[in-house]
Amino acid sequence: MTTIAVVTAGLSQPSSTRLLADKLALSTRSVLPDAKIEVIELRDLAVEVTKNMLTGFPSPALRAAIDKVTAADGLIAVTPVFTASYSGLFKSFFDVLDQKALDGKPVLIGATGGTERHSLVLDFALRPLFAYLRAEPVATAVYAASSDWASPGDLDTRASRAGREFAARLSSEGTAAAPDSGFVPFEQLLAGG
Amino acid sequence: MQFGIFTVGDVTTDPTTGEAPSEYERIKAMVRIALKAEEVGLDVFATGEHHNPPFVPSSPTTMLGYIAAQTSKIILSTSTTLITTNDPVKIAEDFAMLQHLADGRVDLMMGRGNTGPVYPWFGQDIRQGIPLAIENYHLLHRLWREDVVSWSGKFRTPLQEFTSTPRPLDGVPPFVWHGSIRSPEIAEQAAYYGDGFFANHIFWPKEHFQALINLYRERYEHYGHGKADQAIVGLGGQVFLRPKSQDAVREFRPYFDNAPVYGHGPSLEEFTEQTPLTVGSPQEVIDKTLTFREHFGDYQRQLFLMDHAGLPLKTVLEQLDLLGEHVIPVLRKELDSLRPAHVPEAPTHASLRSEVTV
Repeated sequence: MTTIAVVTAGLSQPSSTRLLADKLALSTRSVLPDAKIEVIELRDLAVEVTKNMLTGFPSPALRAAIDKVTAADGLIAVTPVFTASYSGLFKSFFDVLDQKALDGKPVLIGATGGTERHSLVLDFALRPLFAYLRAEPVATAVYAASSDWASPGDLDTRASRAGREFAARLSSEGTAAAPDSGFVPFEQLLAGG
Repeated sequence: MQFGIFTVGDVTTDPTTGEAPSEYERIKAMVRIALKAEEVGLDVFATGEHHNPPFVPSSPTTMLGYIAAQTSKIILSTSTTLITTNDPVKIAEDFAMLQHLADGRVDLMMGRGNTGPVYPWFGQDIRQGIPLAIENYHLLHRLWREDVVSWSGKFRTPLQEFTSTPRPLDGVPPFVWHGSIRSPEIAEQAAYYGDGFFANHIFWPKEHFQALINLYRERYEHYGHGKADQAIVGLGGQVFLRPKSQDAVREFRPYFDNAPVYGHGPSLEEFTEQTPLTVGSPQEVIDKTLTFREHFGDYQRQLFLMDHAGLPLKTVLEQLDLLGEHVIPVLRKELDSLRPAHVPEAPTHASLRSEVTV
């Protein structure tokens, strides 16, 4: 069964970031009805993420969230736009993930903001972040400005296109490749790696 | 089973008084702590090696030599000796000298050091950390075992028919532990040589170290040194004791809350729950330490961190009294009785010497 982790970094409740995350999950599920979806609200883990920064290890609750993201076949990641980029909480969560956790994983990215002016944040901030982590963002990413919620027709079109692309990637790849353990036998180490 | 303490030698302001010891006071305090460790019946004193403030122990063999002169039983060790930035020739000579002066009561723990700026102070580059640890240790291993060594490698000038002096006492090189926080390469290195593997253990949950120790045990067997459960494992631990649990928690909390490594993060209670830290009565320390064996298997050396985060010397010495009197004898008895006969003790100079002569 395909599992999809949804990471949402919205801070208010209810949150338009969560709303967009749900919309993206829904449009994916309309193509992959059996997909199992696990939503991770970073708001609930904000303090735990900071503690992990200070100690170098996650609390049990954060560990569970990290494990879900690491084990998922695909990731939907949605952040509000803060000061010209993803939010600090969103970035911090990916900072405490293992560097290899997202290797080869399809990712559907989304962002929310007050005006359309910020929509390029998807391409100048989020896409490079996931490229660095060796994840594979799908071609269509979805930005929702306040005005989109007033007339959702166009947003729905974009979300369903993104969902279709994401679902196609998930079903074509099956499960993501296991991360490289990095183990090197000693003879090879001694010979200079 | 060996019990001991390992110190990092930090000079930290005491958060309850706002006062920090001078370097002189801290260095002398470390010596006092080592002498106390022998007095209360511990087996091992290990000091860190650091080259940047707020740490003072930049010269471990000088300190250990001074302690050796004032002790007669305790094993002197390091936590850790930097195999990356120290010249392996100098390590070979320094520790062989110490071994003679201390009548063989010496072993050492190798580490890489994880702060980038330190490497260039000694002409090295942190990006080469693992290759340096591999090549330098391989040379060190030979220098202690071959009287005349010709060698060439990537990181230092070649050696031509070189003899490091003094030769190891009785022809027995000091036993080596390899310390690691996250590198499987180092577990593999320890297994390859049949050396000990030490998991610092103290600041992270056990799961983090179980993977490394299991890898070490499995590869120890692979390289033919014995069964996986006979591999030589050491663990760190961290305790603060008072006869009554509530007193320990109340007294340690300000030190915990402001400690450089974990302060201003999780609560004392959360950290105690998630890591090996025990703050409480001797019985609580005993109970928690016994769980280490359940998590990692029978092991040979347990070192506790007792003197950091600005704790005053007087408090540290009181801790050692409690540890020596109420904790170690019970743990020693329990762990020795649980350990199967085929699982060895940690090697000592005496045990290694008898292997050589047999």
